[in-house]
Amino acid sequence: MQLAVPVASLITFGTHPLIAQKAPPLETHSYMLLFWEILGVSILLAIAQAFWPGLRKWMRHMWPIFTAGILLLGFWDVITAGLHLLPLPYFPGPPAVLRSLISDRALLLDSTWHSLVLLLSGYTLGVIVGLVSGVCIGWSGSMRYWGMPVLKVVGPIPATAWIPLAMVVAPSAIVSAAGLVALAVWFPVTMLTASGISNTRASYLDVARTLGAGRLYLIFRVAIPAAVPNIFIGLFMGLGASFLTLVVAESVGVKSGLGWYLSWAQGWAEYGKVFAALIIMAGFFSTVMTLLFKLRDRVLVWQKGVIKW
Amino acid sequence: MTNDAAASGVRVHEIYKSFPVPDAPGTSRLALGGISFSIAASELVSLVGPSGCGKSTLLRLIAGLDVSDSGELLVGNEKIVGPSAERGLVFQDPNLFPWLTVRRNIEAGLAARGVLREKRNEVAEFMRLVGLEAFANAYPHHLSGGMAQRVALARALINHPKVLLLDEPLGALDAFTRMRMQDEVLRLWENRRTTMLLVTHDIDEAIYMSDRILIMTQAPGRIDHEIDIDLARPRDRTSASFLCFRSEILEHLHFAGKAVALSV
Repeated sequence: MQLAVPVASLITFGTHPLIAQKAPPLETHSYMLLFWEILGVSILLAIAQAFWPGLRKWMRHMWPIFTAGILLLGFWDVITAGLHLLPLPYFPGPPAVLRSLISDRALLLDSTWHSLVLLLSGYTLGVIVGLVSGVCIGWSGSMRYWGMPVLKVVGPIPATAWIPLAMVVAPSAIVSAAGLVALAVWFPVTMLTASGISNTRASYLDVARTLGAGRLYLIFRVAIPAAVPNIFIGLFMGLGASFLTLVVAESVGVKSGLGWYLSWAQGWAEYGKVFAALIIMAGFFSTVMTLLFKLRDRVLVWQKGVIKW
Repeated sequence: MTNDAAASGVRVHEIYKSFPVPDAPGTSRLALGGISFSIAASELVSLVGPSGCGKSTLLRLIAGLDVSDSGELLVGNEKIVGPSAERGLVFQDPNLFPWLTVRRNIEAGLAARGVLREKRNEVAEFMRLVGLEAFANAYPHHLSGGMAQRVALARALINHPKVLLLDEPLGALDAFTRMRMQDEVLRLWENRRTTMLLVTHDIDEAIYMSDRILIMTQAPGRIDHEIDIDLARPRDRTSASFLCFRSEILEHLHFAGKAVALSV
């Protein structure tokens, strides 16, 4: 069991020299380096777990996934470089992608950094505006009357559809991209916040009133906390929408970021780099998503054992 | 602990309240048809009656959460114009804020009035009063029904209300917890001498706890009878005089002696 990963990597990487004799030596070299690293680390872990029960538990949980991942890598290698089942240059093998990752690492790092800055500024702006407008629309009847139609008409338009206009209006491409990300986040956050606030159990508000609560207490200490589970759904939906908008906005106007890198690599038909960018994006976006999940678990600790989603 | 906010009496005078009928626009149904009674300071009065007779409506009016069509409501000499910390309210559902721990729920009464900083030292006292020190950091969904209701009581009492309104507070508890909680509420009442108005549909509970019982009739709600319970506490639920009150009340509610076809 503990040796599943070393065995899988032996299979995966052992087949590589057989199927790819014509591969560029540099690609094979870094691919084999990866192999030795995986093999070394997994054997070290397999030895360490004998003395460390916590590690053994973690390994028992994660090992099947890792094993499958490594075997999948081998499968990809076989059908691309080995059997040429997928058309080139669109589907390079894993060694070529790894090579792109390594050779372009500075540009990829820089692109990730730019995407992160753009994502965070747009997302933060969208969340702040969305929370404010959501609380207003959810709490006040007249705000709902005037705000809801705007929300219902403007909200469903995909943020990316505003790109032609945004590029004209905004002073720079970066600002327009941040604005579009903010817009994409604003709609779900507003919608879910408003519905959470207006669905606050009336009896919570009644109780608070008989405790002597004023309006500020009712809004900030009763209605908003009661709406937090809903607000988080809005934050998650907004985050998904912001990834989409970010990548599209970067590939159209902005001259930096992962979205730009992706379309730039495609322009040069460097599909190894396209896959490299996709891998970075997967890691980047899922990390951000995981952080939001962690935040939710912290904030909604009072729900523990009540709701699972 | 003494009653630092002196308990006050309640006067209810010729209260009318009607609600629109949802199915027939323009018409309305009279829920309360001229209710008058008064409660002396530090008195514990129960309100019993068939469901739908307007007991809870009346309680919400006294709490200030709704406005009557006509009539006058006074606490002490002051007219009731809206909700206030002077009139605490405890519902059948404890309605604890699920996002706050037990301690923070009890503190909510002080926080809502903006006096938490000055009076934080009272919180521990009230947690002890309802016996929940060990659960200070638990969240409401970890509490049993009885415990949750004790938190709700402490949350209402920490504001030292002049009047405590109880809307079937023990209605959702099982029979044993319920009897224990009746003693608990009595203990709090004897300890603090807060004026209490208890809405209940449990006749035994009303006799066991109150100084006086008001019996309401239905459609429109009116006070039909008033019965003084002049038994010494603690009361024996099986004594002859207790049972005597029981049959008297049942008679007023038209359940005594007859084979009543209960339509539920």
